[in-house]
Amino acid sequence: MERIDIHPTHEINGRKLRCGQPFPFGAMLVPGGVNFAIYSSHASSCTLVLFNKKEPQPFAEIPFPEAFRIGNVFCMTVFDLDYENLEYGYRMDGPNNFQAGHWFDTSKILLDPYAKIVSGRDVWGVQPDWNDIYQHRGRISFDDFDWQDDRPLDIPLEDMIIYEMHARGFTKDESARIKDSHRGTFAGIRDKISYLQELGVNTIELMPIFEFDEFENSRRHPETGELLLNYWGYSTVNFFAPKAGYAATGKFGMQTDELKTLVKELHKVGIAVILDVVFNHTAEGNERGPTISFRGIDNKTYYMLTPEGYYFNFSGTGNTLNCNNPIVRGMVLDCLRYWTAEFHIDGFRFDLASILGRDPWGFPLANPPLLETLAFDPILARSKLIAEAWDAGGLYQVGSFPNYGRWAEWNGKYRDSVRKFIKGDLGLVGEMAQRIQGSPDLYQAAGRPPSTSINFITAHDGFTLADLVSYNGKHNEANGEHNNDGANDNYSWNCGIEGPTDNIYIQALRHKLMRNAMAILMVSQGVPMILMGDEFGRTQYGNNNTYCHDSPLNWLNWNLLEKEKDWFRFVQYCIAFRHAHPVFRNAEHFQNCDYLGTGYPDISWHGVQAWHADWSATSRVLAFMLCGQHAKGGKVKDNQIYVAMNMHHESLWFNLPEPPLGQAWYVFANTGAKPPEDIHWPGSEPRLDSQSGLLVGDRSLVILLAK
Amino acid sequence: MNIDIKQQDGFHLVTLAGEVDANTAPKVHQAIMPLAEPDTKIILDMTEVPYMSSAGLRLLLFLYRQTTANAATLVLVGLSEELIDTMSVTGFLEFFTIRDTLDAGKAAL
Repeated sequence: MERIDIHPTHEINGRKLRCGQPFPFGAMLVPGGVNFAIYSSHASSCTLVLFNKKEPQPFAEIPFPEAFRIGNVFCMTVFDLDYENLEYGYRMDGPNNFQAGHWFDTSKILLDPYAKIVSGRDVWGVQPDWNDIYQHRGRISFDDFDWQDDRPLDIPLEDMIIYEMHARGFTKDESARIKDSHRGTFAGIRDKISYLQELGVNTIELMPIFEFDEFENSRRHPETGELLLNYWGYSTVNFFAPKAGYAATGKFGMQTDELKTLVKELHKVGIAVILDVVFNHTAEGNERGPTISFRGIDNKTYYMLTPEGYYFNFSGTGNTLNCNNPIVRGMVLDCLRYWTAEFHIDGFRFDLASILGRDPWGFPLANPPLLETLAFDPILARSKLIAEAWDAGGLYQVGSFPNYGRWAEWNGKYRDSVRKFIKGDLGLVGEMAQRIQGSPDLYQAAGRPPSTSINFITAHDGFTLADLVSYNGKHNEANGEHNNDGANDNYSWNCGIEGPTDNIYIQALRHKLMRNAMAILMVSQGVPMILMGDEFGRTQYGNNNTYCHDSPLNWLNWNLLEKEKDWFRFVQYCIAFRHAHPVFRNAEHFQNCDYLGTGYPDISWHGVQAWHADWSATSRVLAFMLCGQHAKGGKVKDNQIYVAMNMHHESLWFNLPEPPLGQAWYVFANTGAKPPEDIHWPGSEPRLDSQSGLLVGDRSLVILLAK
Repeated sequence: MNIDIKQQDGFHLVTLAGEVDANTAPKVHQAIMPLAEPDTKIILDMTEVPYMSSAGLRLLLFLYRQTTANAATLVLVGLSEELIDTMSVTGFLEFFTIRDTLDAGKAAL
């Protein structure tokens, strides 16, 4: 017996219709047709606008009959549509009153916030037709991908090593040596999976890949004439659609399949995928920005507004999404559920996440419903949730982010402490002891584990690692804002000359500092994150805010890999060492005592004298030893590890603690030694000559293990 | 869209000419589905198919499922390089037996 609901009940303008399902929101294939559902709290009426692909004018406009409105949801099933070539939008009628917060305007065609595919910027950087009345067009996805047995990987957070990358920048440069049509795309990342395996990272974090407009605020540089684009994409047009311009098949509208294939292939080799998501604002900007979607559908619901009707600007970008409004909260939840269930994404990093804890008037909430909802959601139960625990409105919550036992944080304090320590600043040893232990000073009292701390020294925001040791100050002139943009507290040091130099001593010192940074990162408790290209010395020539450059300044230059093979090898071996030793990846905080009766505390502190750390304000020296018997709380057995950090500008003799009975010290890494003696493949470390002590060079560190 | 079906010795040769998209896929579907009887062998020659849309690829996948369910064999021949690349990038390729030429396709049956 055929279902009855495949037959229409109404006809308007020759189109066959039925009252639709109000839920789920968006456009969904149903037998014989497409179900459209969209909500607006304040619209008086709504019209569905249908286009054939890329046509300037719609082929049909269907006003929703009164009977097709349930609550505040307009819902309608339209039959006999060529859904593959369909682009759809809405017109919303209602009050237009700036002060009251209403922007209804029937001349605008609006993108469905729940559209799963968005066309209009199908190929990156191709100038759109600016006269087009409907710039970003909703399309319908099949959602029928064959995942076979794939699902999110569920790697324990403390075992992750994250590689933060830009989807386009990773392979756009010719030097990537992949098929031209794949350069700068998801397919290109797939072509480089073997490289990621070689490096050894087990998680990639993609900078925003939700549909955005690279032409938003695009402009010519006043002096150079270079076209500056919205390259980073921290400005979402639609939260459910992957960016078409990041897909080699975007021109065919197959970006969802391409991205899912990438995720599936990464999962096959044990690499998880985290998305950098931006729920703090949208691409509609302030009151002078374009009307794309939310503003025309339900401005007062979606945005935080001042009593005069202006946009609160806690994001620094013009508007603030009203995340703790129950309706918007529902959209955010729907979005993350969709990416988890439909794309098998392993986790999310939330840009300027402190905004998500503000109430509709901007006040920080003690118990933000959105953060709580996400923490306890059954579908997101195993997703990694990582907060950038600050916002542009002055809220800084590193260590105090409302976490419900679920949220990890980008640890900005880790970044700053390590940067200052490696350039030789005084009085940091106490702080470094905290950072190396996974920042218990920030997290332990609240019962949050070391893996709460996402440890990083560099990220897309700020200097690359090579620039951190090559520039004292930022050089952002290329951004066209007279070097006024970007952060000023970089804690960087140029080692004597600003920028590139032929001086081999300075080059050697810079490499040594980079080795120190990477080694400290990989022996710290918490979750290390490295920045794309840092493993072979990527430079942005001192620019610490490259958000607007679609150029070789941002594209990874793979030729550096050959030039920097010694440095790459160091990074690769450090990653392998961390994977090999669970003692770096504890799920619980250290107790700084011998709670298992092994003869050694789980972590002990040392200096030039064993068992005597110098905690004074003038100290630049710290050594620590991890007891392998206490690894993962004693659940697994590991080696004893000893790390001596000498950030002083003179060599120092370190007297060593005794290794466990019957064992000896072996050298894994010595950043003061010339490659290839600087590091050894885990398992093939040479024995230390004198077991009682060793000379640690100036601004160097040594990692030993006992066996 | 032109669909030509020939019964060869031991297999059906289906030759397509034209684009396969949401409009033409149902036609192709109707023409080929009846052939997917248990233990039959089908070669789909797509030398004359310049473009295949998402719906076209999904039709192929549907055919693959149908033939697999019926223990029939399906071999695709003559796909353009761009089509193979699109199928690879979007994850469709791994399901199919693909050969460059008709002779190679026969050998793969």
